[in-house]
Amino acid sequence: MNAQPQTAELREVGGPSALGGGWSRFFELLWLMSVTEFKKTFFGTALGYLWSLVRPLLLFAVLLLVFTQVFKIDIPHYPVLLLFNIVLFGFFQEATGGAVSSVLAQEGIVRKTQFPRLVIPLAVVLTALFTLGLNMIVVFGFMLGFGVYPMWTWLLLPVLFAPLFVFVCALAMLLSALNVRFRDVTIIWVVVATALNYATPVIYPLEFVQGTLKHLLMANPLTPIFQQAHVWMIDSHAEGVWAAAGGPLPLIAAGLIYVAVCILGVWVFNREAPRIAEQL
Amino acid sequence: MSKPIAIEVSGVEKTFRIPTHKVDSLKERLTTFSQQDFRELQALRGVSFEVERGEFFGIVGRNGSGKSTLLKILASIYAADGGRVRMAGQLAPFIELGVGFNPELTARENVELNGVMMGLTRRDARSRLAAVLAFAELEEFVDLKLKNYSSGMLVRLAFSVMIQSDAEILLIDEVLAVGDASFQQKCSDVFHEIRDSARTVVFVTHDMSAVEQYCHRAMLLHDGEIKAIGDSGEVARSYLRLNFEQAPGESDADMGGVADITLADVWLEDGDGKRITNVEREAEVGFGAVLEAHRTVEGPTFGFIFTNSDGVEVTGFGLGLPKDLPDRLEAGQRVRLSGEIENRMAPGRYVVKCWIHREHNYANLVLHSPQVLDFVVFGKEGAGVVSLDHAVSATVEGP
Repeated sequence: MNAQPQTAELREVGGPSALGGGWSRFFELLWLMSVTEFKKTFFGTALGYLWSLVRPLLLFAVLLLVFTQVFKIDIPHYPVLLLFNIVLFGFFQEATGGAVSSVLAQEGIVRKTQFPRLVIPLAVVLTALFTLGLNMIVVFGFMLGFGVYPMWTWLLLPVLFAPLFVFVCALAMLLSALNVRFRDVTIIWVVVATALNYATPVIYPLEFVQGTLKHLLMANPLTPIFQQAHVWMIDSHAEGVWAAAGGPLPLIAAGLIYVAVCILGVWVFNREAPRIAEQL
Repeated sequence: MSKPIAIEVSGVEKTFRIPTHKVDSLKERLTTFSQQDFRELQALRGVSFEVERGEFFGIVGRNGSGKSTLLKILASIYAADGGRVRMAGQLAPFIELGVGFNPELTARENVELNGVMMGLTRRDARSRLAAVLAFAELEEFVDLKLKNYSSGMLVRLAFSVMIQSDAEILLIDEVLAVGDASFQQKCSDVFHEIRDSARTVVFVTHDMSAVEQYCHRAMLLHDGEIKAIGDSGEVARSYLRLNFEQAPGESDADMGGVADITLADVWLEDGDGKRITNVEREAEVGFGAVLEAHRTVEGPTFGFIFTNSDGVEVTGFGLGLPKDLPDRLEAGQRVRLSGEIENRMAPGRYVVKCWIHREHNYANLVLHSPQVLDFVVFGKEGAGVVSLDHAVSATVEGP
């Protein structure tokens, strides 16, 4: 970065923006912030990474007890499906929940440095993705232990994660920008995320739901991702996304919601980014 | 003009819309149907100036004059409402020391993070580590988390990171006020060095002696407009004049100019009578002021109040004319106040307010200047706003 003072030309200063200061700086910062944040949870406490595993595992144990002993759900490999879903939804919850207040929490940086604003929520998502990656190793260990045979479709895991990651990024942008203006978005999102937990086949298999309700559930953009994960990762005989939707309409709705959230996220964040510092 | 321009600001405007009632929840937004009321605050009204490459350029002005807003627009933290800013060369994106430091991370990691914020690659940032730590004299603490650093150590690290960056344009908002005396000396040396280098600095401060010492040129902002620009000594004097002559009612409009008594000069001095702006903790401090009457004033009282950066009035004193003289000031007469003040102030930034009353009546305000002096007490941090003498000792009792 040895700039030549003799040749520097006057360039217009654009003011604050989502990306601010070039792509390479953006990615360097994004990477560094995510990694340091990840390291902090990993090495920060005595039990480090174990803590982030204890929560989903405990939840898993409780739910497993309830749903196999009380409600008697009996489908192939239900326990590992449950664990897989809890971990996957845990990523969704951790990433969006953390992102909502992220810009507010980094107030000092936003108000006093020229910092690409977009890095802040995205770093939270990326950190959650690292945790998800580690947790998945444990989940796959359980899957083998519970007698799920390795399938070639396991290789399609990134195909499932990619749309989820994009969706979570868009939500993170939308929520973190809105939260600067309206401070109660944090509280509202906790409720919405909990509702989504039940509106997505996380703890119950989609096969247990019938009729209109099932079609409504399919219109939730998260449902096709989770259902496809069921087919590809756990049980290739499980009901496919197309069959579960019972027609193109719910899937079109899910697709539209997905695209709408993505566009809205980018648009809102871009619109708010130049003014974020003033509103803190 | 021979030198190339580093910063060109033309017609920059910034207006803040301050809602009379801030709606900051979605619930309120959805349940309130009426239009929101705004009070408009024009922070900058078409400011234009140029800074040459290699210049050390000072911006002074009272609180609320728009100088921090201007700095934030230069740093791309705020968006300007109108006008244009152009710059040549890379800018250090910090306007305050130590922002972007993460207390949970070690110095090593923070230096890297800060370097990347400045636009370095990670590798470059890491290669700077040694130089940064050496300047800050913190080599032994490289793997200590910043939350365990003292405030002085933090500032040293932050200053060092800023100085060791490659940025050609530095924006600095009130930094010299930190660290112990020896580090201050070091900072001062660095400032002199930068002053003579090709780097361009925009320096915002309240410290007029610093302006005169370092700045090639300076600019005085008042109510979002440029009041004076040019020679730093001139600008510093206009700033002081602006501060001292401020009459009650804040704006000059209702007073029609100068108050009946104005403050011509005010200063702090050390034990040897040398004027100072930074005071060492518990060191001997002298106070002096010169007041000038422009009309006859009966029974004048002069009051000075020392306020710390939290707005707490730490101490103050008031006095009138000597008892053996007539209790009246005639136009053209001057009053000199001088003496020593007991220095028990905790380290930090202080502002001195001045009041002048007539007929020994607090209702008859002649002059009220919210900020006639601005100084820093440096030294070891202690608890509280003042340090009192104590004679507490410990004894051990029991078996």
